[in-house]
Amino acid sequence: MHEYSIVQSLVDSVAAAVGAREAAVRTPVVPTPVVHRVDVSIGELAGVDCALLATAFEVFRAGTICEHAALRIDRIAALWECPRCHAAIVRGGFLRCPSCNEPAHLAAGDEIVLQRIELEVS
Amino acid sequence: MCQDCGCGDVNLVPLDVQQRILARNEDTAAHNRKHFLERGIFAINLMGSPGSGKTAVLEATAAAFEGGRKLAALAGDLATENDANRLTRAGIRSRAITTGEACHLDAELVHHELHHLDLAGVEYLFIENVGNLVCPAVYDLGQAKNVVALSVTEGEDKPLKYPTMFAKADLVLLTKVDLMPYLGISLDAILDSLARAMPVPNVIVLSTRGGLGVDDWLGWLERNRAMAFEEVMA
Repeated sequence: MHEYSIVQSLVDSVAAAVGAREAAVRTPVVPTPVVHRVDVSIGELAGVDCALLATAFEVFRAGTICEHAALRIDRIAALWECPRCHAAIVRGGFLRCPSCNEPAHLAAGDEIVLQRIELEVS
Repeated sequence: MCQDCGCGDVNLVPLDVQQRILARNEDTAAHNRKHFLERGIFAINLMGSPGSGKTAVLEATAAAFEGGRKLAALAGDLATENDANRLTRAGIRSRAITTGEACHLDAELVHHELHHLDLAGVEYLFIENVGNLVCPAVYDLGQAKNVVALSVTEGEDKPLKYPTMFAKADLVLLTKVDLMPYLGISLDAILDSLARAMPVPNVIVLSTRGGLGVDDWLGWLERNRAMAFEEVMA
């Protein structure tokens, strides 16, 4: 159950991104903007359970920059494909291209990414 | 507040980030990896379920090398230093990493412990991860290769149930195969599962009792270590 440690890293990433934005704008927004929503992408083969991640976020966000933020999780399906002909491998099939005999390459589905943040600016 | 009409709604400002959430762990892993390469250390992240035979494999590895290679190990567990003690008795320079509640090692834990391990002359560093088929796969430690110990007692379809772990494995050591006659389990079924979870299903069938496959494992280590350092020299 490493979803708490992922949430810890997520909250740190959000704080860093908001901090960088405030440093970049000429007239800093006062007070610190409230984080309204956090969008993440989680791949099917990223080893992260989305329901546990959502629960961990609920618990962990208290007292952090994400205290009032909603978490939106975009689940990315695993996509194995041939690195040569780019044909998709059938789900559950052998991870080798039936035409080219090349070992499949994971084209999508291992991401653990903070996509965007929505800030409430007054 | 909305500045245009005074409606009282807050302005929502999107901020595009597109950043890997574990970027910090990946940076530390890259630092570890550079350190290993510079010192000629071939680092293995050895993963697998609790009881899959990780420690026994390392004991057998030390015995088979007969002191011909300098080995070191970091042994991760929630509690106790039992595994590190077993490895030390086997002749491997070892340190325990007790993680408390954490179900996996991360690059920072490894980095911290490296400062307490004498790495002079070490050729192989085995990082024995916490016994777990899920979480350790998520965290890069800076290893050259991922090796998964899978015991035949775990059943034929473990690779299908834990695809992330096997998708990341460079090699699977199928352990305890001496027990197969008692289990009614099919080797072909295990290999079939592996080929649906691993793009290159490298498998060594192994038994530390009797030593089946141990020479193949040593050969794999030596070949891959040589290749890793040829690439650095090139």
